[in-house]
Amino acid sequence: MSAFMAVLQRDLQLALRRKSEVLTAVFFFVVVATLFPLAIGPEPETLRKIAPGILWVGAMLASLLSLGRLFAPDYHDGSLEQMALSQAPLPVLVAAKVTAHWLLSGLPLTLLSPLLALQFGLDGPTMGVLLLSLLLGTPLLSFIGAVGAALTLGVRGGEVLLSLLVLPLYIPALVFGSGAVEAQQSGLGYSAHVSILMAMLLMAGFFGPWACAVALRIALE
Amino acid sequence: MLSVSNLSCVRADHTLFSGVGFDLAPGECLHLEGGNGVGKTSLLRILAGFAPAAQGQVRWQGELLGSSACRLAQDLLYLGHQLALKEELNAVENLQAGAAIAGTPVMREAALAALQQLGLGSRATLPVRVLSQGQKRRVALARLAVQTQPLWLLDEPFVALDGPAQQLVVSLMQAHLARGGMVLFTSHQPVDFGGRSRSYRLGA
Repeated sequence: MSAFMAVLQRDLQLALRRKSEVLTAVFFFVVVATLFPLAIGPEPETLRKIAPGILWVGAMLASLLSLGRLFAPDYHDGSLEQMALSQAPLPVLVAAKVTAHWLLSGLPLTLLSPLLALQFGLDGPTMGVLLLSLLLGTPLLSFIGAVGAALTLGVRGGEVLLSLLVLPLYIPALVFGSGAVEAQQSGLGYSAHVSILMAMLLMAGFFGPWACAVALRIALE
Repeated sequence: MLSVSNLSCVRADHTLFSGVGFDLAPGECLHLEGGNGVGKTSLLRILAGFAPAAQGQVRWQGELLGSSACRLAQDLLYLGHQLALKEELNAVENLQAGAAIAGTPVMREAALAALQQLGLGSRATLPVRVLSQGQKRRVALARLAVQTQPLWLLDEPFVALDGPAQQLVVSLMQAHLARGGMVLFTSHQPVDFGGRSRSYRLGA
């Protein structure tokens, strides 16, 4: 557990020393979400309809943006070797890295989303559901993405390959995440979507770090 | 006790070495010699569990490397060519983070004392980014003064170090041996251990 905290603390400390990397993802999300109302025009009905999809795709792409740097710096400077030799199991340390990734990319996006939802004219309860769906969905994206990042580690052109590998795997999260917001808008109730999202998060949180650790050991060979 | 028998390593269909065997008992030091490309680093990486051996056995305290009872990975301190330092953090933070991630946390005072010992007292709170190559290596080597794993695998520990720093590393290694530790290191230069070191030549 102390090794988990050590990895988490180091990654957060590193992020504080190079804030631009964190801010890039957040600004990307803001810009993408802002482009759509500008391009489509101020038709409230249309905007309300497309809002869940756009905010979710935006959050997805923004979270993908920082994924390439999840393991790569540690791989290149030898920290990953040291993590593999730790007394703590590697999956635990991987879980710490994924947690740090979520705190630095997913959480800021989630907290910012109600503000961006204003541009699309979403009402209060819908914004709440959007927040909830992103709160469960962004860590899911981090866990799924981490497996892709570990698999493409050390591969030439890994960043592009990573997007191709990970984006299709994001689809279930996207469907149920934006589906929850749409269900709320149409008055159907969002609980089923959120339950499935929660179930996927638990699955990914349990198996993801373990799969990452296997892939990282292969990359170290 | 570490015992290696009949170990061979194959890289890209090319046999780097074969039939390598040696024992390392507590308090012993082995200097791994050999020209460039004979597989010294590969041998250390096999022992660290990063790469599988093509053939042969490695046993640590009687347990076969790769079996679940083998604690070799947890019992060794590996210092490779990559220093595992974060450029944005300073020396103390690097040392503390490294030790905590290894599972053997150290206090700030102990980390500072170790850096002082390696002659980095005044540089301890500068970002590692601004240090020279030799100073970075000193920061990485400061781990030897704070971590307590019984087996040290050091890959070219003397590279980029000046004379006094080399002496310092040798004395750290000697202190470790006196505690009953084991050291396996590679180096291209002769090192004077005062008779406590054996050498093993890899390759023909």
